[in-house]
Amino acid sequence: MMVMDRSNRATAPTAPAPGAQAEATAEATAGVYGPLKISAQGVDVFYGDKQALKQVDLDIHENQVTALIGPSGCGKSTFLRCLNRMNDVIESARVRGTILLDGQNIYDRDLDVVTLRARVGMVFQKPNPFPKSIYDNVAYGPRIHGIGSGKAELDEIVATSLERAGLLKEVKDRLHEPGTGLSGGQQQRLCIARAIAVNPDVILMDEPCSALDPIATARVEELIDELRENYTIVIVTHSMQQAARVSQRTAFFHLGELVEVGDTEQIFTSPRDERTQGYITGRFG
Amino acid sequence: MTDIAREGHRGRPAAQHADLSQARLRRRYAAERRFKLYGVLAICLAIGVLGILLFSVVSKGYTAFVKTEIGLDVYFDPEEIDPEGTRDPAVLADANYDRVIRDAFERTFPEVSERRERRALSDLVSSGAWLVLRDRVLEDPSVIGTTERVWFRASDDVDMLMKGYIPRDVPETARRVSDAQIAWIDALDEAGQVGTRFNLDFFTAGDSREPELAGIWGAVVGTFLTMVVTLVLSFPLAVATAVYLEEFAPKNRWTDLIEVNINNLAAVPSIVFGLLGLAVFLGWFGLPRSAPLVGGMVLALMNLPIIIIAGRASLKAVPPSIREAALAVGASRLQVVTHHVLPLAMPGILTGTIIGMAHALGETAPLLMIGMVAFIVDIPSGFTDAATVLPVQIFLWADSPERAFVEKTSAAIIVLLGFLVIMNALAVILRRRFERRW
Ligand SMILES: Nc1ncnc2c1ncn2[C@@H]1O[C@H](COP(=O)(O)OP(=O)(O)O)[C@@H](O)[C@H]1O
Ligand SMILES: [Mg+2]
Repeated sequence: MMVMDRSNRATAPTAPAPGAQAEATAEATAGVYGPLKISAQGVDVFYGDKQALKQVDLDIHENQVTALIGPSGCGKSTFLRCLNRMNDVIESARVRGTILLDGQNIYDRDLDVVTLRARVGMVFQKPNPFPKSIYDNVAYGPRIHGIGSGKAELDEIVATSLERAGLLKEVKDRLHEPGTGLSGGQQQRLCIARAIAVNPDVILMDEPCSALDPIATARVEELIDELRENYTIVIVTHSMQQAARVSQRTAFFHLGELVEVGDTEQIFTSPRDERTQGYITGRFG
Repeated sequence: MTDIAREGHRGRPAAQHADLSQARLRRRYAAERRFKLYGVLAICLAIGVLGILLFSVVSKGYTAFVKTEIGLDVYFDPEEIDPEGTRDPAVLADANYDRVIRDAFERTFPEVSERRERRALSDLVSSGAWLVLRDRVLEDPSVIGTTERVWFRASDDVDMLMKGYIPRDVPETARRVSDAQIAWIDALDEAGQVGTRFNLDFFTAGDSREPELAGIWGAVVGTFLTMVVTLVLSFPLAVATAVYLEEFAPKNRWTDLIEVNINNLAAVPSIVFGLLGLAVFLGWFGLPRSAPLVGGMVLALMNLPIIIIAGRASLKAVPPSIREAALAVGASRLQVVTHHVLPLAMPGILTGTIIGMAHALGETAPLLMIGMVAFIVDIPSGFTDAATVLPVQIFLWADSPERAFVEKTSAAIIVLLGFLVIMNALAVILRRRFERRW
């Protein structure tokens, strides 16, 4: 059902017209994007006494790729991990502020974090397939969430997930071989398949290509572009070229602050903040 | 070194540089070879010492696996066994078979007439030899009145003599077998009436004051019962503790304190656990003395820190990325543990457990404290029966004066080592089986 919702919206313009970009601000262009999916408001994150994020306000829209860029240690991963509450498992981490997913605060006390993570999937920097078969890797999420009763349905879910992750052709003869036996790029696409198998709305990716070779990177970037049609994607990357290639919107973080957010084109061609300018021209970072 | 470096800096030709690094390389390789050599030497030394130990134990102990037997032509005298001819099993069981054996000896050596000599003659067979006759008669009363060759277990002294442990060339007073006895034995041997047979009884009998009758089965059963209690108590508790501490507990001062104390517990001398068992399990709870139940509980206490530490180490070794992956698809923390972390850590946990169990298997001191050192003839049939365990049995036998117990001691050590080897092999197999390399 969710999938059908998404494909209806996919016809909506996903990127603003080129001419409008120069003077566009994040607020002004909100209407041009798809509907609002996630809205972070005044997010502070502390690791112990150290503040890693300061008052971050960021809107993320449906069916587009939002890239988070910035120098190492500026809090990109921290922000990403707030969006599916992966910071909960870090003992010293404290999160303040509001993050609305479809209008509901995910830090509400009565929100079930397991359900949240089923709606907001995640792909990590280093491919981390389970030491199980390819099939079991993908089927694990559906199994624990009770999606797909019976073997036939599960087979179907596994096949479509692998297909969407662009991996089915390469692995369909060895579904029951270990997922860790795949190449790095295939493993990362397997992790993407695993994430989409539970039918999430949002996929978070934390530098998904940093451990991959250029060809595998290109393959994953292509995939991200395809997935955009059905999912909302937030991707952390330290490669500005990658941000430029795959994202429609880019947010620049610096020292725990969100410095600037806007259309990717605009950020890379005419950044408004000089720190952004400095970063994208390679003066620091 | 610094001189050389400076020279290099002053712009010597490139050849000089190459030569320099050659010398350094040679030194590096030499150091590496030396290090390897030390390692090989250390291993050789260890293997050598182990070999000596094994050789000494096996060479002393292997003879315990065979026994000497004396064959006599026994006349099942109706006068002696069943004078009234009732064939009543109660009567048959009660007959004086010792006299039947004595008669058989007298018929074999008619020249022996003096009382003391006769006594010495019948001492050639074990004091438990009459049981063979009783069983034979009870099994088939029709043998009464007939003559039959029956093989009796030799006494421990004869056994030792035949195995060569009692020297024949020392003065008669310096050995436990008299000249006359040696002469009889030789005569019997010549007539083909002395034989050796596999000593099955060693594996099926309980302890005994008579070395030739003593076996390890009682201790083996006691060990088994004790180990069952130890495993059942310590494994689940330790795994649960390790999982909780590693995966769920907050890291704060309290858990640090617990961690330190667990590490300390692993270093506590085992006898202290024995004293604790004595005070708490026997003193307060009033549990039975010498019981495998209590022994198992004490050993479980000892085992707990070992398994907990091994378990935590192997849980820690599971890469965090696996936990994150599972959490990110929406697994609960318990599911993360039961579906991913625990299965991956299991080979390590099992290895630690088996090593802990092997420790417990060889443990003596704490069991002495709770009375498992008693002389127990009966095979224990339950967890609360009085029992002993293999290492304690070894301790008891090693303490006995009879020469024949020396080989029993070594044989029991061989059996214990056998169990240890089996357990360690099991650990290796389990690790191979369940280790996921992929
Ligand atoms: N688990 C943690 N505990 C303490 N500090 C952390 C932890 N994770 C990240 N940090 C700190 O928070 C800051 C932001 O980190 P991160 O979000 O990983 O940066 P980025 O992904 O942008 O490189 C860094 O200064 C980092 O040292
Ligand atoms: Mg990061």
